[in-house]
Amino acid sequence: MLHNTSMSNLKKSSPLRQLSYSDALFEALDQEMTRDECVFVYGQGADDPKGHYATTLNLHQKYGPARCFDTPLAEESMLGIGIGAAMAGLRPVNIHQRVDFLMVCMNQLVNIAAKQHYISAGALRVPLTIRACIGRSWGQGAQHSQSLYSMFAHIPGLIVLAPVTAHDAKASLIAAIRNDNPVIIIEHRLLYPLKGHVYKKSDPLILPFIRRLHKGDDLTIVAVSHAAIEATRATQALAKLGIKAELLNPVSISPLDCQTIAQSFAKTKRLLMVDNDWLDCGLSAEIMAKMVEHGLGAHPMRRLGFAQTPCPTTHVLENAFYPNGQSILKTALELCELKPESLPTLKPALEIDAFRGPF
Amino acid sequence: FYRNLYLIRRAEEEIERHYPSDVIKSPVHLSIGQEHIAVGVCSALAKDDVVFSNYRGHAHYLARGGNLKAFWAELYGKQGGFARGRAGSMHLMDIDCGFMQASAVVATGIPNATGYALALKMKQKKSIVVCFHGEGAVDEGVWHESLNFAALHHLPILYICENNEYAIYSHQKARAKQSNIARLATMLGLKATRMETGDCHAIFNETKSAINILLQQNGPVLLEIPTMRWRDHVGIGSDIKWGYRDAEALNQNIKNDHIAQIGARLKPAVKMKIEHEINQQIDDAIEYASQSPFPDQSELYSNVTANANSN
Repeated sequence: MLHNTSMSNLKKSSPLRQLSYSDALFEALDQEMTRDECVFVYGQGADDPKGHYATTLNLHQKYGPARCFDTPLAEESMLGIGIGAAMAGLRPVNIHQRVDFLMVCMNQLVNIAAKQHYISAGALRVPLTIRACIGRSWGQGAQHSQSLYSMFAHIPGLIVLAPVTAHDAKASLIAAIRNDNPVIIIEHRLLYPLKGHVYKKSDPLILPFIRRLHKGDDLTIVAVSHAAIEATRATQALAKLGIKAELLNPVSISPLDCQTIAQSFAKTKRLLMVDNDWLDCGLSAEIMAKMVEHGLGAHPMRRLGFAQTPCPTTHVLENAFYPNGQSILKTALELCELKPESLPTLKPALEIDAFRGPF
Repeated sequence: FYRNLYLIRRAEEEIERHYPSDVIKSPVHLSIGQEHIAVGVCSALAKDDVVFSNYRGHAHYLARGGNLKAFWAELYGKQGGFARGRAGSMHLMDIDCGFMQASAVVATGIPNATGYALALKMKQKKSIVVCFHGEGAVDEGVWHESLNFAALHHLPILYICENNEYAIYSHQKARAKQSNIARLATMLGLKATRMETGDCHAIFNETKSAINILLQQNGPVLLEIPTMRWRDHVGIGSDIKWGYRDAEALNQNIKNDHIAQIGARLKPAVKMKIEHEINQQIDDAIEYASQSPFPDQSELYSNVTANANSN
């Protein structure tokens, strides 16, 4: 189910604007709260002056404190309360400033949210949206930088999304709110200021969804979350060397559109998986296993991701922890068995270098 | 009261009788000895009120009027069960009578019940949520978190703490310095009462007045009710053989069987008629469960998610 352009399922009459990723998320939430009074947003800082990276800014004034509220520092019960409210027919949106804090509510997430529908033989539904932000750069350290989506995607009953473009962020949040299942949206901190085309009226993402960010025949690069931005830089550098990479970005990690990856890989016969997470027992391993099951195991595959260590705080080690455009370019060339006389040096990653936090 | 008390006692005795035949291939946590709390509380509820329970939930389910045939077929893992055999004894549910799915992980249903109460408040409903939990759940952080939130947001929820003193075989004194749970709840901002004793009528009356307080003062209430588990934590039969609990106190409690006492107040003919009807209902439920087919293996993959692209 490949959606090559953002036009495929959008209302053509709707105005197209340049919006930042965070403004796109705000617009999705605002429009959904207007559309459906069952939608409410809650979590640490939902109604504070920063408004969760401006994605919930002043919604408490527009919709009242009952529909946009701050919470005690009690992640497990707050998620459980969202589950209960969702069971009663509301559509809660629970926000977390870092993914790492979802570890405090794994019991509710894994034992309850993911299982209610199944063990009630379909009688109960948990239409709950959980938004969580991955931190990176400027010393976020080991407990403010984890992605962990592979862990969530391991659990049957959870839907996991990781949009990269502003358009997909808006479509993902609309889809999550309207979905009758628990949906986790993993948002990368460094994506919030990045701008992209966003329709005023957007349709929800159709699941499963994978976005083709670049078309090519020479190799397939599958890149997730912020790694897709790094992979875009590498893809542009490869193009200058005459290598056309097909860059695929799985926006829905669970369910995953393996069919499209397999089709691309069957065409290019080379696969580079760039994850925004650890490699061991993760999404990259899963995709490679699926490619083998698709009968494509004879073709070369490589993967990049976080170093298999906790994320260090000092920037020197932090830089070595993540794959980047340069390492993606180098690995892609190895995969293509090419050794250009001089490797192009990629432009600096502005969204990483410019970030000065504090959070 | 007697009808429901007798139903629960007899149903669980039948479970015990059938359990060795392995027709119920799943853990059961029997309520025998604790039935009066479920019956006293549930008798005080209105039709639209919602009940959240836990893995020791047979009494809650039956006291609330949960479907007996669907219950039995669920224990047997059959298609006729309320969840077609996917839930079993630890996840009882009957949405038609407002009985929400119970959880098998201690205290886990407490925030869910609290969230349901939040939804009732947001929708401006007049009904309330009742959340049954044991004293073991109070050890869990999520109990404190949930009660704090309920007090903060003035939620229409009644927490019923069934204090049987034991978490499996660990006494409350080995787990907590503060054993007065009503006091803990009061400190969190709830109206809370600790009942010293209480038969079914006393519990019914206390629940009625708790609901009045809850509706008038617009805030959550907790009732702590002492009780005694007569059987083992899980499975059937007495656990006195493990030597961890006071056998004399247990025997005394069994001797003062609250169900027998309430039954003794009835005219013999009335009592006999009720018992006959209940036994017939249980026989019918067992027959229904026996006749119901097992689910087809093709059902394994259904309902993992609700329609994924619901708009």
